[in-house]
Amino acid sequence: MASIRIGAGQGFYGDTPDGAVEVARNGGVSYICCDALAELTMAILVKDRLRDPQLGYARDLPDFARQLLPIARDQGIRIITNAGGINPQGGVAAVAAVATELGMHDLRIAVVEGDDLTTRMTALREAGEDFRHLDTGADIGGIVGRLVFAVAYLGITPLLTALREDADIVITGRVADASLFAAPLIHELGWELDDWDRLAAGVVIGHLMECSGQATGGNFSGDWANVAELDRVGYPVAEVFDDGTAHLSKPPGTGGRVAVDTVKEQLLYEVLDPRAYANPDVVADFTTVSLDDVAPDVVRISGARGTTRPDRLKVIAGYLDGWAGTATIGYSWPQALAKAERSAELIQAMAARAGLQPLEQVVEYIGVNSVHGDAAPVGADVNEVVLRVCSRFATEADARRFSRVATPLALNGPPFIGGGMLPQSPRALLGVWPTLVDRGSVEPHVQVTVRTAREISGATR
Amino acid sequence: MSTVTLQLAEVAQARSGDKGDIANVALFAPSDLLYAAFRREVTAERVRRHFGRFVKGTVDCYEVPLVRALNFVLHEALDGGASRSLRSDPLGKSYGSLLLRMTIEVDDGELAGVVHRRI
Repeated sequence: MASIRIGAGQGFYGDTPDGAVEVARNGGVSYICCDALAELTMAILVKDRLRDPQLGYARDLPDFARQLLPIARDQGIRIITNAGGINPQGGVAAVAAVATELGMHDLRIAVVEGDDLTTRMTALREAGEDFRHLDTGADIGGIVGRLVFAVAYLGITPLLTALREDADIVITGRVADASLFAAPLIHELGWELDDWDRLAAGVVIGHLMECSGQATGGNFSGDWANVAELDRVGYPVAEVFDDGTAHLSKPPGTGGRVAVDTVKEQLLYEVLDPRAYANPDVVADFTTVSLDDVAPDVVRISGARGTTRPDRLKVIAGYLDGWAGTATIGYSWPQALAKAERSAELIQAMAARAGLQPLEQVVEYIGVNSVHGDAAPVGADVNEVVLRVCSRFATEADARRFSRVATPLALNGPPFIGGGMLPQSPRALLGVWPTLVDRGSVEPHVQVTVRTAREISGATR
Repeated sequence: MSTVTLQLAEVAQARSGDKGDIANVALFAPSDLLYAAFRREVTAERVRRHFGRFVKGTVDCYEVPLVRALNFVLHEALDGGASRSLRSDPLGKSYGSLLLRMTIEVDDGELAGVVHRRI
């Protein structure tokens, strides 16, 4: 049966390129697919672009390119990445510069554009899109004036165009994570775009691979202590067969573990209704998927079923929602928690005296209840605790003032402080607005352009 | 047959993730018998109470029997979503272990063949 091998190269913005390099060298793959974009990442990249219009792509893209391109050239591997973020052309220019440095002037670089709806939102609303909140149904009117970005999730179609035009590397913005991995399967195995079960298989495989080491032993909640060599965890490699089944593994000799127990945790990661996982090209049913251990570090994936693609595309928008100021201070035994609680009261009093009125506030005792909240029992006199008070303000200036309000407690508060006192910079808060848009409002605007590094560098010079 | 109080962390796996202000927590049972027990004991309503003030919306539960999983979907559960959250775990990465704190009642027969992890 015909098959194709693909590998995962990146699971998030900030991931190490080491996993991708290992997959390229020893994974026997024809494609490496890199997912750099979480919802939070879009917010980070938008902040970059607000500071510098040249930015807005994942800044580790040039480093990935520098390390991967020479190996990819030698082994005939093509690269697909959504690290273009909110500025794919910026990412293209950066990769073209790297290719030029490497002497790879003929590298064919594709860029996919058209996902960015930021400047079109007003016109689209006037044309009848209501952009109601996908979860709460709320009207967008309350936040529309504060929008800083809006992007639609694109699927495989523009990727297939780029691959047909012999792109060596495809750089996109907000293409759905799993679609980055599904596209080469459809391109190589010739699957039809209405073959819903096979498209669903591609989405399941992509979903399992898109978070790199999280499918191969990372974040494993079982006997995690026995998973070997997570310092050099092998990133996922899949051999995908024409019938839509696949063998998921990792490069030989790497760390981590590929087994039903590690892979199943990833199957449901960030999944809402598993019977209807909506991707731009298919609605996949994850409840029909079987996982089987077939060899050490090899899991067989089969059984995915799919139904007709959704009529509307998901959109993720972000809007300015104030500024966070954070004050922290640590205390040591004895009575560390009591001292931290007293300091929380002192911070409130000092903030009030300074005229600072938070719009909302979270008080956490790190080491006691910051992550598990009221469900965490408070034990005996804890050894140490860090008080963290995070407050939301309308202005950056107030957030900055608040972040410094605890500083006098170094000398004026309860005794035996223990670290955690450096004032943190204020952080811009971006609200997330998930919604839907008609395909017809997006797809005619999607463009795929393939140029060589020489053409791109010449044009930008 | 006697009743045993079991903390989920002793036998189960879990992983949590974020989608905007929604968190999902997938809970995996190690055997068919315990999967049946989880379906009986770990209800959406119990999960909502267990998470307390962190969850402002509703909780849905979906069954994925081929991997013996319950997938809980927690609405309005991430302080507005990671990029505007004030919390030190803005992504709800720890929600999996938070669920594993829950204790349930099972018959000792339902523990057949299951390796107990000491916590």
